[in-house]
Amino acid sequence: MKGLYQDLIIDHGTKPRRKGIIENPSAKERGHNPLCGDQIEVFLEIDPDGVVKRIRFEGEGCAISIASASLMAEAVEGRPAEEVQALFENVHGMLSGKGHDDLGKLEALSGISQYPMRVKCATLSWHTLMAALKKMGPVSTEGV
Amino acid sequence: MNFQNDFPVYKTYPNLAYLDSAASSQKPSCVIDAMTQMYQSQYANVHRGLYQLSEQATIAYEAARQTVAKFLGALEDQLVFTPGTTASINLVAQAFLLPRLKAGDEILVSRMEHHANIVPWYRLCEQTGAKLIVIECDELGQLDLQAYAKALESHRVKMVALVHVSNVLGTINPIASCISLAKARGVPILVDGAQATAHMPVNVAQLGVDFYVTSAHKMYGPTGIGALYIAKDHFEDMMVYQTGGNMILEVDFDKVTYMSGPPKFEAGTPHIVGAIGFAKACDYLSSIGWNQIMAHEQALLAYLNHALASFSDIKVVGKAASKIGVVSFVMDRVHPHDIASILDHHQVCIRAGHHCAMPLVRYFGYPALSRISLGLNNVQKDIDQLITALDQVRKIFA
Repeated sequence: MKGLYQDLIIDHGTKPRRKGIIENPSAKERGHNPLCGDQIEVFLEIDPDGVVKRIRFEGEGCAISIASASLMAEAVEGRPAEEVQALFENVHGMLSGKGHDDLGKLEALSGISQYPMRVKCATLSWHTLMAALKKMGPVSTEGV
Repeated sequence: MNFQNDFPVYKTYPNLAYLDSAASSQKPSCVIDAMTQMYQSQYANVHRGLYQLSEQATIAYEAARQTVAKFLGALEDQLVFTPGTTASINLVAQAFLLPRLKAGDEILVSRMEHHANIVPWYRLCEQTGAKLIVIECDELGQLDLQAYAKALESHRVKMVALVHVSNVLGTINPIASCISLAKARGVPILVDGAQATAHMPVNVAQLGVDFYVTSAHKMYGPTGIGALYIAKDHFEDMMVYQTGGNMILEVDFDKVTYMSGPPKFEAGTPHIVGAIGFAKACDYLSSIGWNQIMAHEQALLAYLNHALASFSDIKVVGKAASKIGVVSFVMDRVHPHDIASILDHHQVCIRAGHHCAMPLVRYFGYPALSRISLGLNNVQKDIDQLITALDQVRKIFA
C-alpha cells in the first residue's frame, strides 16, 4: 500500500502545489475521466522563448490524480515546452511499468504501475497537458 | 446467524470482507453445484431436440421458470428470462412503449434511478420527442410522493419507471403506493427490482405492477440472466423485440408468425444453465426465509450505522426511514477511490464512484461516494474489519 500512497503522494494529493488558474493563458485544456469523475483543467503560460513560464491546474479527483497533477506542474514549470514531450513519454513509461530514466521526485508515482486500475488517475493530468500543448500549435519565438 | 459457510469464496479468501453485494453478490455452493450438475449430466439445447436429454433439459429449464415466477409471485407464463435488468428495461421501452409514444408525451422516472432505468427511456425520448419528467427526492433520500402524484395528473404521462430500492441510498421506495397511484391514472408502470429481490419478499401479483424486472446475479445467482415479469394483458399488445429462432411458430421468406407469451421475447438459445442457477438461488433464499434474511441484514445494518456514527469525519448519504443494507458515505479529505484502494489492501471490498446513478450522486453534491452493501454472506467481523481499515485510511491521510 505504501507503494501507492507514498508520503509525497499524500502531501501533494492533499496540499497540491500550483493549483489555480491563469488569466489569458497561452493554452489551456480540460481532461475528464467520466467513469471515475476525475476532472482537471491545465493552464499554461509559455514565454517567447518557448519555456513554460507558469503552469496551473484546477480540478477534483482522488489523491493520485491530484498529486500527479501537482508533481507534474512542479516538474514542468521552467522547462522548455519542447522537452515536455520527452518527459511525458518517460513518465508514461514509468506508470505503465516499462523502463524509464530516473525521474527524481516524480518517482513517487512509480508504485502506481502495480495498480492497473489507478494508472488512468495518474495519467489524466499528463494527457491534458499534452493536449494543451498540442492545441497551442508549434511553439514559436518569431513574430513577437 | 452465519451463512459464510455457504459461500466457497471464503475458502479461497478466508479473511475477505466482501461488502459489495449491491454490485454483484457472491455465489453459494448450491447454485454453483446445480449449474455444474446441469452442464455435466443434464445438458442439451431446449425446446428443440427430440431426444431424451433435450427433453430433460427443457423440463429443467421450464421448471426453473416456474420456480423464479413463484418466487416473485408470478405465473410462469408471465415470466420472461432475459440477460438481466438492463436488457429487460430496454425490451419494455422498445417493444411496449415506443409504439404508443408521441412527441410531447411524458415518462416519469425518479432522481434515484440507476442509469439502466434512465437511458433506455431517454433513448425513447430521442426517438420520439417525448420527455423525461424527474420525481425528486428529499435530503434523506426519500421519494417525493406528493410530487409524484402531481406529475401523474398530466394526461401526457404514458409510462412510469421507478426503482424499488435505490442501489446508492438503500432507500426502499413505497412502491405499492406508487403502483396504485399510477394504476388509478391508467398509466403503466415498470418497477426496477434489481436491488430488492434478494432482500425482501416481492409479490408482483399483489403489487398489481405492469412490469417488474430483476437480475439473478444480485440474488446469489449467476450473471447473464434476469427475470422480466409482464402482466398478462400486455403480452399481446407488445411488439416483438429481438427476433430469430425459438420465438417463432412458422417462418417463410414472405411470412413469419410469432410465439405468444414468454417465448415471444426469448429469441435464440437462452441461458439454459443460468436459469437453473437462478432457480436454485431463489430456492436458497426461500430455504432461509425472509424473516431470517431480513433480521440478519437489518442487524448488520444497525451495527454498521452504529459503528460509522462514532466518526465525525464520516457522513452517511441517504438516511431514509426504510432501508436495506446499503450505506453510502463520504469521508472528510479523502476521495472515495483512495478509500476503496486502501480498503482493498485490507481485504475489504467496497464500491466507490458514481454507482451508475450520476444524477443522484450529483444531486447530493459529491463527485463520487463510497458504498458498503450487505448480504447474507456478511458477518459482524466484516464490519469490524472495515472500521479498522478506515482507521488506516485516516492514518495515511493524517
